[in-house]
Amino acid sequence: MSSSTPFQTNSKVIKWIEARLPIISTIDGALVSYPAPRNLNYWWNFGSLAGFMLVAQIVTGIILVMHYTPHVTLAFASVEHIMRDVNYGWLLRYAHANGASMFFVVVYIHILRGLYYGSYKAPRELLWWLGIVIFLLMMATAFMGYVLPWGQMSFWGATVITNLFGALPMIGGDIVTWLWGGFSVDNATLNRFFSLHYLLPFVICAVVFLHLWALHTTKSSNPLGIEIKGDQDTVPFHPYYTAKDAFGLSVFLMFFAYWVFFNPNALGHPDNYTEANPMVTPAHIVPEWYFLPFYAILRAVPDKLGGVIAMGGAIVILFFMPYLDFSKVRSAKFRPIYKQAFWLFVIDGLILGYVGAMPAEGIWIIIGRIASVYYFAHFIIIVPLISWFEKPLPVPESIAKAVLGDAAKA
Amino acid sequence: MATSSSAGHDAHGSGQATRRDFLYVATIGLGAVAAGATVWPLIDQMNPAADVLALSSTEVDLSKIAEGQGITVMWRGKPVFVRHRTEKEIKEAEEAPLSEMRDPATDASRVKEGKKQWLVMVGVCTHLGCIPLGQQGDYDGWFCPCHGSHYDSSGRIRKGPAPLNLAIPEYQFLSDTKIKIG
Amino acid sequence: MSSFKLGAAALLALGLGAGVAQANEGAHIEKLDWSFNGAFGTFDRAALQRGYQVYKEVCASCHSMKYLSYRNLQDIGFSEAEVKALAAQYEVPALDEAGDPTTVKAKPSDRFHSPFPNEVAARAANGGALPPDLSLIAKARVGGPDYIHALLNGYHETPAGFALPDGKSYNTVFPGNAIGMPKPLSDDQVTYADGTKATVEQMSRDVATFLMWAAEPKLEDRKRAGVKVMGFLGLLTIFTFLTYRKVRRKVQGH
Repeated sequence: MSSSTPFQTNSKVIKWIEARLPIISTIDGALVSYPAPRNLNYWWNFGSLAGFMLVAQIVTGIILVMHYTPHVTLAFASVEHIMRDVNYGWLLRYAHANGASMFFVVVYIHILRGLYYGSYKAPRELLWWLGIVIFLLMMATAFMGYVLPWGQMSFWGATVITNLFGALPMIGGDIVTWLWGGFSVDNATLNRFFSLHYLLPFVICAVVFLHLWALHTTKSSNPLGIEIKGDQDTVPFHPYYTAKDAFGLSVFLMFFAYWVFFNPNALGHPDNYTEANPMVTPAHIVPEWYFLPFYAILRAVPDKLGGVIAMGGAIVILFFMPYLDFSKVRSAKFRPIYKQAFWLFVIDGLILGYVGAMPAEGIWIIIGRIASVYYFAHFIIIVPLISWFEKPLPVPESIAKAVLGDAAKA
Repeated sequence: MATSSSAGHDAHGSGQATRRDFLYVATIGLGAVAAGATVWPLIDQMNPAADVLALSSTEVDLSKIAEGQGITVMWRGKPVFVRHRTEKEIKEAEEAPLSEMRDPATDASRVKEGKKQWLVMVGVCTHLGCIPLGQQGDYDGWFCPCHGSHYDSSGRIRKGPAPLNLAIPEYQFLSDTKIKIG
Repeated sequence: MSSFKLGAAALLALGLGAGVAQANEGAHIEKLDWSFNGAFGTFDRAALQRGYQVYKEVCASCHSMKYLSYRNLQDIGFSEAEVKALAAQYEVPALDEAGDPTTVKAKPSDRFHSPFPNEVAARAANGGALPPDLSLIAKARVGGPDYIHALLNGYHETPAGFALPDGKSYNTVFPGNAIGMPKPLSDDQVTYADGTKATVEQMSRDVATFLMWAAEPKLEDRKRAGVKVMGFLGLLTIFTFLTYRKVRRKVQGH
C-alpha cells in the first residue's frame, strides 16, 4: 500500500481558503497524509501524549484561575474554596495537580526514547534542542505552579530554589532580592510567579510548534534508526497513527484517572495542606518527584555555587548529546554496548531520584555523590568511548525490508 | 472472521466492511461521549458555587422606615428596594387600569396580603440592568435614567423601553417589623 | 523486552517518589480498615456525627476549623433545621444599627466558630504552642486518619530517662514524643446520643473519621465518579484497540 498523497480537493470553498491561507493542506500534511515510518512502536506514542497533557494543563489551569486568588492572605483559602464549594472544583484541581506529574512521566519517557533510539542525531539536532527547551520551560512552569497554593512546601520550595541564585558571584544577593521583589518570598513573589506560570505554557506552545515543524521537516525517526528511503517505508499518519494514538491515549487516561480519582494526594506532600508560615520550616523539604534526581545532584556538591552549576549542567549536557555520541548507527537496537550503558544511565537516574528524597546525611551523601559523578561520566566519558570502539550489529537495508521481509518487493 | 464464518462467500467483502464501519462509528461515538462528559465539569464550574448559594437570604428591619420613605438593601449582590408607601401611592397603584400596562399585574399581586404599605422589589431595570431612581418619572414611582423607563408606585412598567415590571423577590414577614428576603 | 524494562523503570520512578515522600517520619502507625478506604469507600454517617460531637465537645475548645461552615454539616446527615439550631448556638461579629460592633447568632452559611480570636491569643492560652486548625489536618499529616487515631491513643507514662519539658505530655506517636496537647480524651468523656460506648478507642476512631471528611468532603463524589470513569475508559480502550488493530491490518495489507 502506497502512502502519502499530496492534499487535493474539489471543494470551491476549500480552494478559495487554500489560495489565501494554506491552513487546510498544512493540517493535512501534519496529521493526515504525513508520511510516518511504518515501523514506529508504542514508545512513539508519548509525543502525542505530551501534546495532550499540555492542552489538558492549559484548559484546567485557565479554569482554576477563574476561582483562584493570587494573594498571600487569600491564596490558600481560595484553593480550599475550589476544593469545597466550586462545582467540580475538586476534580479540576486534582486533574491539574496530578496532571503536572503525568506531563513529566510522559515527557521523561519521551526523552528516554530519544536517547535510546538516537533521535538526537543528525539531521534532528534542532528537533532535539527544541525538546530540551520545552523541558526547561516545563520545569520552570511546574516550579512556579507549585508555589501558587501557598502551602508550607510551596513557600519553602520557593525560598530554597530562589536562594540558589544567591550562589552567583557578586550579583547573587541582588538577583535574589530582584526575584523576590522584597526581602523574602512574599506577596510580590507570589504575584509574579502567578503571572509567569500563566504565561509560560503559551511559550511552551510556541516552542512545541517549532518542535513539530522541525519534526515534519526531518520526518520521524524510528526504532531501526534508518532513514525513510521511499513510499514503501511509510504509512499515512491517518488513520494508522491517529488510531494508534487514540488507543494509547485511552490507556494513558486510565493511568491518569487512577491518580486523580483514587489517589489524588499521593504524588503531593502533606505539608502543602498547611498554609505557608514564614516562621516555621518543615522537617524535610522535598521537591516534587520529577525534580528529585536534579535535587540530588544539587546536594551532592558541597559548595553552593558548585551545586547550582552541577544541577544546571545536568540538563545543559543534554544539548551536547548529538556530538558526544558520534556513532554512525542511530538505534540502540544495533548497538549492544550503548544499549547496556543506556539502562545503567536509567538506573542511575532512579538512584538519584531516590537519594533526592532522602535526608542529606550519612550514606545518602556518598551514594548521591557517586551517582552524580556517574551521571556526568555517562555523557562525557562513556557515550563518546562507546561511539569510538563499539562494533555495531548489521543494520537492515530499508524499513520496508526489515518490517515486511521480501514481500516488500512484490 | 466472526462475520465471514456466518456470511456466504460472496458477502465476505461487504460483511467485513460493515463490521469495520460499525467499529469506527462506535469508537468515534464513545470518544465523543468521553469528550462531552469531560466538557460538562468545565462548564458547570462557572455556575454559582456552594458558598454563594448559601448566602442568599437577607433580613431587613422595617421599624425604622417611616411612611413615604424607603431603603435599599443588598441581596445576592443586587439592590432591593423596600418602600413604605403612602396612602396616595397605594391608591394610585390600585386604581391604575390594567389595560394600559405592558406587563399587566394587579397591585395586590405585588405585595403581601394585609401589608400593602410595604413594597419589596429588586431594584434592577428590566431593560438592561441599571438601577432606577426613586420617586421620579411620570407615575409617582421609579425612573430609569439610562434609557428612560418609567415605573409606577407598584413598580410596574408604564412607559419606556423596559419589557417587564420590576421583579418581586421571594420574601416573607418574620414579624410585623421584620422581613426575610430569599 | 527492552520496552518492558523501560516501562517498568518509569513506573518504578513514579512509585519511588511517592513512597519515599511518605516514609520519612518515624513511629509505627497502625493502619485501620476505614469505611472510606478503597475504590468504593464511603463515610459511615453515624461515625461522622459522633465524630462531630467529639470535635464540638472536646477539640473545639482549643482547635479551630476555619474552612468549614455549619451548612456543611448537612452533608453528614443533619437536617436543615438541626444545622440551623447548631449554628444558632454560636455568636458571630456584626454591626448594630449605630455601627458599633456587636454579635448576632450564627447562620448556617457562617464558618465554624474559632475558639481564639487570633494566633497570638491562641498561643498565649496554650503555653506558647499553637493548636493547629483541624480543617485539613487529615491531609496535612503523614498517615492521615491513621495518624490522628494513633496520636489520640499514643499517650503513655513518661519513660524513665526521658526529659519531658514543662507543660508537655509524653506521646509515642508524636514526632519528638513531647506534645503540647495534654491527653484530650478519656473514657466516657462524651455521651453519645446513639448509645455507643464512648471509649477512647471509639472516640478517636469517630473523630478521625470526622476529620477525614472535613479535609476531603468530596471523597465520596470523587470515588463514585472514578468508578464510572474507569469503567467507561476500559470500554473506550477496548474499542480503540479493536479499531487500531483493524486499521493496522488494512494499512499493512498482509
